[in-house]
Amino acid sequence: MTNLDAKIPEGPIAEKWTNHKNKINVVNPANKRAIDVIVVGTGLAGGSAAASLAELGYNVKAFCFQDSPRRAHSIAAQGGINAAKNYQNDGDSTYRLFYDTVKGGDYRSREANVYRLAEVSANIIDQCVAQGVPFARDYGGLLDNRSFGGVLVSRTFYAKGQTGQQLLLGAYSAMSRQIGKGKIKMYNRHEMLDLVKIDGKARGIIARDLVTGQIERHSAHAVVICSGGYGNVFFLSTNAMGSNATAAWKIHKKGAFFANPCYTQIHPTCIPRSGEHQSKLTLMSESLRNDGRIWVPKHLKDVEAIRSGKMKPTQLKEEDRDYYLERRYPAFGNLVPRDVASRAAKERCDAGFGVNATGEAVYLDFSAAFMRYGKEKANVEGIENASEAEIRKLGQGVIEAKYGNLFQMYEKIVDQNPYETPMMIYPAVHYTMGGVWVDYNLMTTVPGCYCLGEANFSDHGANRLGASALMQGLADGYFVLPYTIGDYLANDIRTGPISIDSPEFLEAEKEVKDRLSKLINNKGVHSVDYFHKKLGKVMWDKVGMARNEKGLKEAITEIREIREQFWKEVRVPGSLNEFNQELEKAERVGDFLELGELFAMDALQRTESCGGHFREESMTEEGEALRDDKNFAFVAAWEYKGDPKDAVLHKEALEFKDIELKQRSYK
Amino acid sequence: MDLILKIWRQKNKEAKGELKTYEVKGVSPDSSFLEMLDVLNDDLVNKGDEPVAFDHDCREGICGMCSLYINGEAHGPDRAITTCQLHMRKFKDGDTIYIEPWRAAAFPVVKDLVVDRSAFDRIMAAGGFVSVNTSGNTQDANALPIPKDDADKAFDAATCIGCGACVASCKNASAMLFVSAKVSQLALLPQGRVEAERRAIHMVEQMDHEGFGNCTNTGACEVECPKGISLENIARLNREYLSAAIKAE
Repeated sequence: MTNLDAKIPEGPIAEKWTNHKNKINVVNPANKRAIDVIVVGTGLAGGSAAASLAELGYNVKAFCFQDSPRRAHSIAAQGGINAAKNYQNDGDSTYRLFYDTVKGGDYRSREANVYRLAEVSANIIDQCVAQGVPFARDYGGLLDNRSFGGVLVSRTFYAKGQTGQQLLLGAYSAMSRQIGKGKIKMYNRHEMLDLVKIDGKARGIIARDLVTGQIERHSAHAVVICSGGYGNVFFLSTNAMGSNATAAWKIHKKGAFFANPCYTQIHPTCIPRSGEHQSKLTLMSESLRNDGRIWVPKHLKDVEAIRSGKMKPTQLKEEDRDYYLERRYPAFGNLVPRDVASRAAKERCDAGFGVNATGEAVYLDFSAAFMRYGKEKANVEGIENASEAEIRKLGQGVIEAKYGNLFQMYEKIVDQNPYETPMMIYPAVHYTMGGVWVDYNLMTTVPGCYCLGEANFSDHGANRLGASALMQGLADGYFVLPYTIGDYLANDIRTGPISIDSPEFLEAEKEVKDRLSKLINNKGVHSVDYFHKKLGKVMWDKVGMARNEKGLKEAITEIREIREQFWKEVRVPGSLNEFNQELEKAERVGDFLELGELFAMDALQRTESCGGHFREESMTEEGEALRDDKNFAFVAAWEYKGDPKDAVLHKEALEFKDIELKQRSYK
Repeated sequence: MDLILKIWRQKNKEAKGELKTYEVKGVSPDSSFLEMLDVLNDDLVNKGDEPVAFDHDCREGICGMCSLYINGEAHGPDRAITTCQLHMRKFKDGDTIYIEPWRAAAFPVVKDLVVDRSAFDRIMAAGGFVSVNTSGNTQDANALPIPKDDADKAFDAATCIGCGACVASCKNASAMLFVSAKVSQLALLPQGRVEAERRAIHMVEQMDHEGFGNCTNTGACEVECPKGISLENIARLNREYLSAAIKAE
């Protein structure tokens, strides 16, 4: 085990980034025109990076598997984006955002990176507004804020429940401008299937044109991976159907260490699953917890009555309801961080208080908010002696303006009107904090290969706070990589164009072709989804919200068996040289089957609980996650050695110089 | 539920396509339309047949990837949703359902139900942006107050997901609703106002170049739009375009 060097700059934390920027190398504008950069993925991180690099003068080649860069899954982010603007005058600051993020991540993130994230957060809002992103505003014409879980200030900027969409379309418009100029060459419907290294450096990728099936070689002086998280290893998650770990996993197999794969976020407010046909789960924004109160019945007899349809939830008396988050965490109430809220829901449902047929649902109730907003509105509009029904109606209007699209989405899926009956929610896999290990410059352990956004591991520790994913994606792409990549590329100004006919390219291409041929010629008996679902079940049951040694060991064996069976028995119809969606899935699931094993191995070695990683062997008397700072204050970075089981663990020690390590408390 | 499906099958862009008939049995009314197609495809793969190709990704109505012309309507019989949000409870047991791709000259079929919408990307590249570089030193976001009504209207226009239902629903295969949504969003905001007229000219030129038809104000696009983008935006686009065209002469 080596101790990894994260290349964190010296000096006080508040000055590190400025000093670093002042000292690193810069490539002059004329030389930038002779340098190519490949960006894989066009979400917030990839889109913002591609646009910014092209603006600087680099020749960018951008790749996405969707039919347009505008469709990356960042688009589905709902609630908002954090920034330490302190517009609300409620005591926010760079330091407070930094502190909240490190604490929220249960002290398992890298201080220097998080401070930089907080530092550039305000620039992101300025930049997005300049691009024409229509954030919510109040009547004075200034930007509005809302609050999110795990913090005590209002620092979240939003655009109704579609913040991710608006931010992504902002980045997409910046990209479009560069595509129009010819500075970005866009490759839609392309999937990266391998990284090409020459003399140890990342020099290109092998990609498949998903329409024609052609395998293509693309060279560049640097490769930037922004391919998102690996939540779909669980089969059911809030990720898009196409979200995959393939690009990240391929670079891992070519030498990039993979960090903390066991850190997964299970989001507390998702629509419960309805049956076997389910293909994905849908998130209800955490912002709903600002106004919704979470509860289950206090008594099991009422649970029974509700499940059998004898009683409606609205009929249950106030004193017979258990607002368990408010009960257990009076200081933060319904706004505890996601990991805490998810475990609390699981605890109640495991105890038999789940309110739907599957026993896996709790209520998210807006009736108190209807009345509160309704009264305010009646006062503003000067309506005297408004009846309770009138007040409720006024309040529903206010809620509709805030979350209308979310309520509509819920009604379409569940077929119940959430204005009349409380929503039902249950936790679901949503985000992966783990990912490719990167240093302070966002470079992986492969020189010239960078990793941004959810695909890397760096900023959220063991649990991500709400509205921080959008912040990180855009910080990495707009404000970090454009500086740090110059430091590396400054040594490449004399390299010139890189040939795609070198033995390294040809060999990588052959490997890809062989693997795809193997899949298509397998003539097995089961569809790809059959294996994906099997893997997902093992992951959810044994590597999900609560983990223990026995389950994890079983999971490792079972995943290995599913993987072996997959390569023997998978059936991929069609041919290589055509549009073939089953082949795309097969390649992705093949990688998930390896990643899943490493995920379970990582969860097994980390015998402490922290953030989203909950080991049943390590909890406080009250059932909260119990960290072991003495033995586990490190980043676990895994090196690939030919098979997941042979992966070698490297450690990056986490030093906390500016924040005192404490047991997290939201009570 | 048991259903008869008449699905458009087409091997690739050049091939001639045809409607083929399939049966699916035991579909849950709570499943989504695309989950129903998943069941069909799983059956087809297990039988050794080729599954039906269709575009989809987020499955929560926001990415704009899914399409499908279902029983003669873009995104099917329900309103204000995309196909992935359409649930089988909107159909009856024993129904026959016709499933076709978007039909428009500017959206050539890639395979089966998948079409090529890259024309939309090229229209965006022609002017669908504010010409501002990434800068750590843009003015403070609150330095420029924007009346709430304008901001809200701009937001409503900006919710377009670029799915192409407007084009598919239009008898002329016009892309005016799509183009007008972006032109409106940016024309309503002071940041985008500066180049509003230039933008309108360039985007309309590209739209014509791609082979989309003309707008004859029938309004089918607004009815089928999953995000309820208003026809008002087309009026605003016409205003911007006209004003720019007059000044240019």
